[in-house]
Amino acid sequence: MGTQATQIDSNRSFDDIIGLVESAGTSTIAKFADEVDRDARFPTEAFDALKEARLLSSMVPAKFGGDGLSVKEICRVCEKMAIYDASTAMIYAMHQIQVACIVHHAQDDEYFGNYLREMCDKQLLLASATTEIGVGGDVRSSICAVNVEGDRFTLTKKAPVISYALASDAIMVTCRSSEDAPGQDQSVVLVKTEDHELEQIAGWDTLGFRGTCSSGFVVTSSGHADQIMSVPYADVLAKSMHPVSHLTWGSLWTGLAASAVEVARKTVREAARKNPDAQPISALRLSEVNELLFSMRSGLHQAIDEYEALLAAGDDRAFQNFGFAIKVNNVKVRCSEMVVDIVGKALQIVGISGYKNDSAKSLSRHLRDAYGASLMVNNDRIRGHNATMQIAHKGS
Amino acid sequence: MLQENIRRILSEHGKLPVDVTTLADESDLYESGLTSLTTVNIMLAIEDHFDIEFEDSMLSRATFQSVNSLADAIEELLEN
Repeated sequence: MGTQATQIDSNRSFDDIIGLVESAGTSTIAKFADEVDRDARFPTEAFDALKEARLLSSMVPAKFGGDGLSVKEICRVCEKMAIYDASTAMIYAMHQIQVACIVHHAQDDEYFGNYLREMCDKQLLLASATTEIGVGGDVRSSICAVNVEGDRFTLTKKAPVISYALASDAIMVTCRSSEDAPGQDQSVVLVKTEDHELEQIAGWDTLGFRGTCSSGFVVTSSGHADQIMSVPYADVLAKSMHPVSHLTWGSLWTGLAASAVEVARKTVREAARKNPDAQPISALRLSEVNELLFSMRSGLHQAIDEYEALLAAGDDRAFQNFGFAIKVNNVKVRCSEMVVDIVGKALQIVGISGYKNDSAKSLSRHLRDAYGASLMVNNDRIRGHNATMQIAHKGS
Repeated sequence: MLQENIRRILSEHGKLPVDVTTLADESDLYESGLTSLTTVNIMLAIEDHFDIEFEDSMLSRATFQSVNSLADAIEELLEN
């Protein structure tokens, strides 16, 4: 059974799916995590395993051939996957964010509906190009524009970052909706690998999340005009890309933190075994770090539940609300800072064997990955947005 | 046999104020002086001895209540 698998177990439960993640996690994802990190390469083996288990189409509705998981369930998958390797979980999350955009905004469109079917059939991997050189990191502004002539488009974008671009099957590119449109009038275009050229303009030799291969590229592409989503990017961002990004990222950072705490727990248990007469001091530290993990997870889960409730209510204006945007931003800034705190405290418990790169209890990768969380979409930028909204918003 | 092993572990790690050999298989170990810390020590010793790991779902008073309840838990873990 290869990636072209046609056997669909449409009856598999969410527990079955979590079981598949655990199985891929222990047999493959964790096994290659150190190598992926060392070489800053795409986790090919992990994604072969995820495709084999048909996990790339988890959020696609069943009528197209996917599992129809909710965002809440996808978040749980991300958290679980990050225990084995945060880079793999980050790529998985970024893919699911793009899937959510199509599922929420374009599944009834003939082209995108067919694309979802193809995605399930071939387990396609979607990347994203939102930021652009010259806009200063503001995803709500584009310089490049999609140029439509007849039923064909052309589009060129200078993107400082496109994660796993070279391993993806398509890139969702944001751009101005026409040559005459202002910077904020943006569209999303699905650009297929066979229709684009990538010229690498920046590398990805970073401290952490090295497996995401988030290099910069100039994308030169063309395709059918049907590949341009009809819903404005502003709506896609507010309802899907913004919340699903922060909720899935928060989830995988929680998994990363939990994974470090598990290493700490092992250390404490060993100490307890050595000296059964007295509770090890590190047990108190473990208890403290578990409190932090509890807080991190609680805030995240509350926001996930609120998002699910808004989706179920079906009032799209709610996603434009300041209060909702502030909460989603809070998840991002809090989780991304707590993950550093938690992994640091876990390292204190584990001690020197956690500090060593060549130890079975090494927390090197965890710590380096953790520091990336507050930088990918810089927390200060997000706090700046929140600060503006806080002045107007009254619900503390 | 299992019960004997459990009794030995209890006498070494349980710090019970009573002679473990006098306890019946159904006797309540908490009533006999088992504390939360000694419960954890017993768990760790059992894990070491049988090369098993207790499931989180088993970590309740009921599991550690008696020699027999411990034997049930160990059997379940050994079967898996």
